[in-house]
Amino acid sequence: MEQHVSIREPLILGDKTYHQLTEDISRPVEGKANGLYKILLTISSLLALWGVMCFAYTIGTGIGVWGLNKTVGWAWDITNFVWWVGIGHAGTLISAILLLFRQRWRMSINRSAEAMTIFAVICAALFPVMHMGRVWVAYWVFPLPNQFGSLWVNFNSPLLWDVFAISTYFTVSLVFWYTGLIPDFATIRDRQVKPMMKKIYTILSFGWSGSAKQWSRFEEVSLVLAGLSAPLVLSVHTIVSMDFATSVIPGWHTTIFPPYFVSGAIFSGFAMVLTLLLIMRKVLHLEDYITITHVELMNKIIILTGSIVGVAYLTELFISWYSGVPYEQYAFLNRATGPYWWAYWSMMTCNVITPQLFWFKKIRKNFTATFIISIFVNIGMWFERFVIIVTSLHRDYLPSSWTMFHPSFVDIGIFLGTIGIFFTLFLIFARTFPVIAVSELKSILKSTGENQTSSVSKHDEH
Amino acid sequence: MQYTFSNKSRNICFALIGIGLLSLVGGFLTDSHRAWPNLLLNAFYFTSIALGVLFFLAVNYAAEAGWFAAIKKPMEAIAAFLPLGSLILGGVLILSAFHLNHIYHWADPEVVHHDEIIAGKAAYLNKWFFTIRTIVYLGGWFLFYRAFQKYSQIEQQSYNTKNWRKTQSLAAFFLAFFAVTSSTSAWDWIMSIDTHWFSTLFGWYTFAGYFVSSLIVLTLVVLHLKSRGLLPEVNENHIHDLGKYIFAFSIFWTYLWFSQFLLIWYSNIPEEVTYFMDRMTNYKSIFILNLFLNFFFPFLVLMKRGSKRRYHLLTFVGIITLIGHWFDNFIMIMPGAVKEHWHVGWVEIGMFTGFLGLFGFIVMSRLASFSTVENKQHVFYSESVHHHI
Repeated sequence: MEQHVSIREPLILGDKTYHQLTEDISRPVEGKANGLYKILLTISSLLALWGVMCFAYTIGTGIGVWGLNKTVGWAWDITNFVWWVGIGHAGTLISAILLLFRQRWRMSINRSAEAMTIFAVICAALFPVMHMGRVWVAYWVFPLPNQFGSLWVNFNSPLLWDVFAISTYFTVSLVFWYTGLIPDFATIRDRQVKPMMKKIYTILSFGWSGSAKQWSRFEEVSLVLAGLSAPLVLSVHTIVSMDFATSVIPGWHTTIFPPYFVSGAIFSGFAMVLTLLLIMRKVLHLEDYITITHVELMNKIIILTGSIVGVAYLTELFISWYSGVPYEQYAFLNRATGPYWWAYWSMMTCNVITPQLFWFKKIRKNFTATFIISIFVNIGMWFERFVIIVTSLHRDYLPSSWTMFHPSFVDIGIFLGTIGIFFTLFLIFARTFPVIAVSELKSILKSTGENQTSSVSKHDEH
Repeated sequence: MQYTFSNKSRNICFALIGIGLLSLVGGFLTDSHRAWPNLLLNAFYFTSIALGVLFFLAVNYAAEAGWFAAIKKPMEAIAAFLPLGSLILGGVLILSAFHLNHIYHWADPEVVHHDEIIAGKAAYLNKWFFTIRTIVYLGGWFLFYRAFQKYSQIEQQSYNTKNWRKTQSLAAFFLAFFAVTSSTSAWDWIMSIDTHWFSTLFGWYTFAGYFVSSLIVLTLVVLHLKSRGLLPEVNENHIHDLGKYIFAFSIFWTYLWFSQFLLIWYSNIPEEVTYFMDRMTNYKSIFILNLFLNFFFPFLVLMKRGSKRRYHLLTFVGIITLIGHWFDNFIMIMPGAVKEHWHVGWVEIGMFTGFLGLFGFIVMSRLASFSTVENKQHVFYSESVHHHI
């Protein structure tokens, strides 16, 4: 039998029973939406609609409606792509890597983090597809046998590796997420009295009966999927980083990119999880399940990954000087002191300085401070990608081509649109899905619930 | 229970140290160009193992891990090589910076005079600044090591939550210090041997290598204690976890190896690609051996759950991979230091043997100095004893 010593904080607050857990998690699905929810959903779907219109305009008119120019051929589109893919890293990290490390606090947050992952990857995938211009031939990115002459993908290109990496990641994340949902959908199904609701949740729960055999299969599948996901967490952002690092462009070509991008992705993913969960726990009344202990632990991951990112920034900066290569040296000088200095210093402040505030226990254990810092990190990580992409391009080897990038209203509209799509999907999820992995959480109620831990501590003295 | 350092083991250690001293003297008398880099290689290899174990100890405290409490004493014993290792390593490094040998090209005033690129790095790579940095790294780690030792002594006396909290904060500060110094020390001591060359990933790559070695040495020491009938509460689940760490970080090392290699190979920029050109032509056999011993071998053998729970198999894989990482360090240091004139002969094997004896002697003496190798007063001891997965 596993033991927990008394100095560990409880992960479920209040005097909860198994039934109470089911009640608390089913409430958002069965109850009526409150006013705040309706306002949020309206704003985000309007944003999403605006984004869709900008998409339509881009497809109808062409990529020329964006702010790109001859020198800066990649800008907001790829920035947004990398930003969203990065955000999509927390879910799998929580469900696969933290599972390997036996971190049980992940059980209160993994469901919504995985949902967030899936929605973020959907938003991310829109950008490269849009950037193709002729989206109706988007399937050409796959190595399909065809009769178009010499049309074939370039296997040497990291852009193609991206296609495989992200589609695999998306598929595995989706299957993993859905597999975990099945028993919880069945829990909701069993409680429904309205025929329509019953019907829907019956279909969603795939005929789950909760027999021992099903649980055994379920656990085996979960283990296999967790094993598959663990290397995927590393691989996706590694390959995204190679989109840049395999080139010979100063500021892009640097060997630290793969692990540094992965760390940055986890950093931004956790920031977004915090932003979402701190709102969700209030709106859906999940304060007993997403506690300050959970927030503190996530904040520690923010310090860790943020510091890794910080060390990587300083490494890049130092090695650019140390290399003795004038182009490298200029690329970094230009980042810090050139016309985009404000972007560079926004990035530095938001990503390196603000997370260090979490060294203070008072700040780490404060919901408001955490929420504010999580927003800072979200902004900082967007600027990081903008700095890497645009400042490395806008002053190339030919000074007569030097220029700036100015986003058009379409660039801005599409970015805001993806935020709208993301939040719309997440809000729908929050009202229709069990937002906490309830059957998994029940397995730790006895060992980490507040009322139970106090009794365990007595045994502890022996 | 107390560990006894048997006379037989002691004599073996002395014999190994004796062989080491003979090859050291012989090496310097016959070919000092060959002996110096070997001294650096082995001093770095063994000191970094002690450092890596200290890092692992800090990680476990900072992360509030419970399972490791029962194997904490072996960790402390391995970290005990840090002071002596640092003295030898620091001595070799500072003498090299003062150009007593030809390991560092930047240490030669003639070279700096003629070589524009190296002259451009002189603000960072010069003997005084290098010496100060070396002292800061080694001295800083040593101070943290002493502080851990102090808290550990208090820990041993009684169940003490407050002391555990203090150790946790200490661990966090150590990790912050280590985050910077692990990279900069690798640039200074190893990367600057190939003075022209640079790679931003180098610090993390070096760290990944010695961290795997540290985990292996820890596993071997724990298994050694178990074979003596000590640490009865350490069961196959603890060993399985250590095996998982070795497996995972072998993959992590490979990941960083591959990232560095692929990006340099792909971009094919002359300044950077020379590093691998050297290694793939003059050091071809070691280059291939490195990947085989440190990736394919542990990856394929440790993949199965059962193999991480079989003590003899784990010992065997551990020893092979440990040798693999010695070769990894070899191929990091030698091409810059001795060009194509490399050997793996009596000097190399003899000096490695000597350091092994010294390392074993320190670790076992430290183990024997504990009144008990168990750690029953640790706040998480009961969790660690009930570790079943």
